[in-house]
Amino acid sequence: MPQRQTPYDVCIVGSGAGGAMTAHALTQAGANVIMLEAGAWWDNTKDSAMLKFPYDSPRRGASTTERPFGEFDACIGGWQVEGEPYTKADGTKFDWWRARMLGGRTNHWGRISLRFGPDDFRRKSLDGLGDDWPISYNDLAPYYDKVDQLIGIFGSRENLPNHPDGIFHQAPKPRCYELHVKRAADKMGIWCIPARLSVITQPLNGRAPCHYCGQCNRGCMTNSNFSSPNVLLFPAQKTGRLTITVNAMAREVATDARGLATGVHYIDKATGKDEFVAAKVVVLAASACESARILLNSRSARHPQGLANSSGVVGKYLTDTTGTDVAGFFPQLMDHVPHNCDGVGGGHIYMPWWLDNKKLNFPRGYHIEVWGGLGVPSYGFGGGIDGMPQSRGGGYGKALKDEYRRYYGSTIGFSGRGEQIPNADSYCELDPTVKDRYGIPVLRFHWKWQDHEYQQVRHMQETFRALIREMGGEPMGDMPTRERGYGIANGGAIIHELGCVRMGATAGASALNANCQAWDCKNLFVTDGGPFVSQADKNPTWTILALAWRTADYITQQRKAGAL
Amino acid sequence: MRDKEPQPERSTGSTGSTGGTRGTGGDVTGTGFARRDVLRILAAAPLAVFTIACEDVDRAAQHASDSLAQAAKDGVPYTPQFYTAEEFALARVLADLVIPADERSGSASDAGVPEFLDFLMTAYPDMQEPMRTGLAWMNTASQSRFQKAFVDCAPEEQARLLDEIAYPKRAAASVKDGVTFFSRFRDLTASGFWSSRIGVKDLQYMGNVPQTAWNGCPPDALAKLGVSYT
Repeated sequence: MPQRQTPYDVCIVGSGAGGAMTAHALTQAGANVIMLEAGAWWDNTKDSAMLKFPYDSPRRGASTTERPFGEFDACIGGWQVEGEPYTKADGTKFDWWRARMLGGRTNHWGRISLRFGPDDFRRKSLDGLGDDWPISYNDLAPYYDKVDQLIGIFGSRENLPNHPDGIFHQAPKPRCYELHVKRAADKMGIWCIPARLSVITQPLNGRAPCHYCGQCNRGCMTNSNFSSPNVLLFPAQKTGRLTITVNAMAREVATDARGLATGVHYIDKATGKDEFVAAKVVVLAASACESARILLNSRSARHPQGLANSSGVVGKYLTDTTGTDVAGFFPQLMDHVPHNCDGVGGGHIYMPWWLDNKKLNFPRGYHIEVWGGLGVPSYGFGGGIDGMPQSRGGGYGKALKDEYRRYYGSTIGFSGRGEQIPNADSYCELDPTVKDRYGIPVLRFHWKWQDHEYQQVRHMQETFRALIREMGGEPMGDMPTRERGYGIANGGAIIHELGCVRMGATAGASALNANCQAWDCKNLFVTDGGPFVSQADKNPTWTILALAWRTADYITQQRKAGAL
Repeated sequence: MRDKEPQPERSTGSTGSTGGTRGTGGDVTGTGFARRDVLRILAAAPLAVFTIACEDVDRAAQHASDSLAQAAKDGVPYTPQFYTAEEFALARVLADLVIPADERSGSASDAGVPEFLDFLMTAYPDMQEPMRTGLAWMNTASQSRFQKAFVDCAPEEQARLLDEIAYPKRAAASVKDGVTFFSRFRDLTASGFWSSRIGVKDLQYMGNVPQTAWNGCPPDALAKLGVSYT
C-alpha cells in the first residue's frame, strides 16, 4: 500500500452490498475513494466453481471450515474465522457469520430482494413496539427504483399491501413441485407469488441474462445475479477513482482534536503492519456488528465511549431475522420423473406475510421460502435414509439401493423468515480482555428472544405442518416444544444482523441522523445494516443498497456544499 | 487449517439454518439442503485451535485424485492414507454390501467409494476415531459369532450380522455401537456412491448445464403432481 500524502475524498470500510453501493455512487459523482476489505480479492468470472460436478472434487461438495455451506460455495468466511474469535455472555446462543473476501456476503446470499414496505418504517406508531425510523418509505422509494434498474431483479406486480412492487424483469415459471405448493397455499388463503430475486432474466448494463444452472451461491461467471464485485465494484473502478485495498483489517477510525474523522487505521494482513489511510470522509460498511466494533474501538479524549457513541447505543438493539424450517416427505414425489429443474439459484415462488397481527398472539410477520426438487447429488446425499417416513428403516443391499433412487426428490421444505423486535437484552459490546490475532479487542454478544419471537416461530411451525398435510405429505420430525423454542434458530444464524449503529430522530437516542451521518462526527457515515431501526418480514439487502445510495447522494451534496 | 466433520453443500435461500436429524449430513432427497442442524453442531464445538495445515488436506485431495487416475490408467492399486490394508479391505466389503452392483449400475467399489472414504478420513480427522473403532467392532462381533474376521465370513453370516445392526429402530440395545457405526457408514457410502459419475448417471440427473431459457418443468413431471401452467 503506497503511502499517500493527500487524503482521499472518502475511505469506505467493507466491500459488501453497502460499501460497494456507496463506492459506486460516490465515484460516479466524482469522488476519489479508497476501499478497505479485510479479505482477499475475488472475481466470479475467474474464481467461481460454477458448473463443477461434485465428482470433480474428492470432497464431493462437502463443507470446509472456511466454506461451511460447501466447498463450491463462493463465500469464504464462516461462523468461526481463524484468529478472529468472538465471545458470548453466559447463556447466550449467538452465531456470527463473517465473510472475509471482496464482496463480503453478497457472495453468499440467496438473492431474495424485497423492499421494506411503508409500515415497516413506522412500526412503533402502529403497534407501540420498538421504534419508528426517522425516514419513510417515500424517502427510499426512488432509491429502490434506481437499485432495481442498475442491479436488476425479477418479480411480478401484485399490488399487495406493504409488499411494494419494483421495476421487475420477467419472473421464471414455478417448478413442478412449487406449483404443488402454490395449489395448497391458495387453498389455505396464503399468498403465494413469484419470488423476487436479484437475478436478471434479460440483458442488463452489459450483463448476460441467467442461464438457469441453479448455482447462484457459487458465484455467477456471467454476472447474471448480484454480487458486489462484478456488478458494482469493477464498474466503479472504470471511473479511475476507486482504489481497493484487500487484506486490510480495519481497527479504528482516527479523529482530530475537533473530533472529526481523519482516516482509518488498519492492519495489512500480508505484513502484519499497522497502516493508516487519510480521508476527508469515512464510511463504515463492515457489517452491522463489525462496524459497531470499529466504532467502539475508536476511543479518544473527544469520544471516550467510542466514536459516534455519546448516546451509548452503539452495539445496542442488535436484531436478526427469526427462522425455523420444516421439511415434508411426499409419497407422490417418489420415483421421480427425470428432468432438469435447476432454474435460478433460489425459489421461484415465495409467500409474503399475509395475515393481520391484530388477530394473532404475536406482533410481527414472516415470509416463507420453499425448497425441494432434484438437486445435484452431492456429499450428504441419502443421509438418514433409515429415518425416512415409509422407508424400510435402514438395511443394505439391492433393496436399499432402490430405496435411495425412489426417495430422490421426494421432500419439500419450508423456511420461515420473520421480524424480531429490538430488545435491550440483545446487543454486542467489546470483550474486556479478549483480542484477535491482530491485537484488536473482540465483540462479546448478549442475546435474548422475547415471547414475540417464540410465538411467531410457533406459528411458522404450525403453518408449515398444515401446508405439508394439505399437500398430501408428512412432516419430518415432531413439532419442537416450547423448551426447544419451537425450533427457533440461534440469533445470528439467519445472517441478517441489523442495528448496532441505529439511525434516529434525536441525538440522545441514536448514533446516526436521518442521513446515516454520525450525530457526533459529521464526516462519518455508516452504510451497512447498522443504521436499521428495525427488521421487517423481508430480507434486508435491497434496503441496505437503497439506503447506502441515498447516503452516498447526501455525502455528494454535502461535499459540493463544502460542508464536509 | 483442519476441517471439522463436513456438511453437505447447500444453496442459500435466505441463508441460515435448516432443520436437523443426525449423522453425516442427511440430504436423503438431494434437495441441496442438509436436514441436520449445522448450527447446533457448530455451536456445540469449542472454538478449536486447528493444527493441521491446509496444505495437508490439499495434498490428500491430490493424492486421492492422482491415485484414482493412475489406477484407472494402468491398474496400479490405490494405497490408502488412513486405513490399514485390513481395514481398507473390510471397508470395501462393507461398502459393497451397502450398495451392490445391479442391473442399473455398478457397486460402491466400482464407484470409488473405498477411496472416497479414505480421503474423508484424511481431510476430516474428527471422523477417524468412529471409523476405526466401528470397523474393529465389526470384527469383534463376527469373531464372537462366527470365530472369523468379517471379510472371511460367508455371505449368509455377513448378512446375519448386518441384519442385527442395519435397522436402528428394531436393533437390540446390546449392539448399539454397531448400529451407530453402520448408520454412519451407510450414509457415507451413499454420499460417495450417489455423488460419483456412476451414481449421478444412475439417478438420471439432468441438471448442472447452462440453458438458453427456462421453460418450466416438462409435462410428465407436471402430470405426476396433477399441476399445470395454465
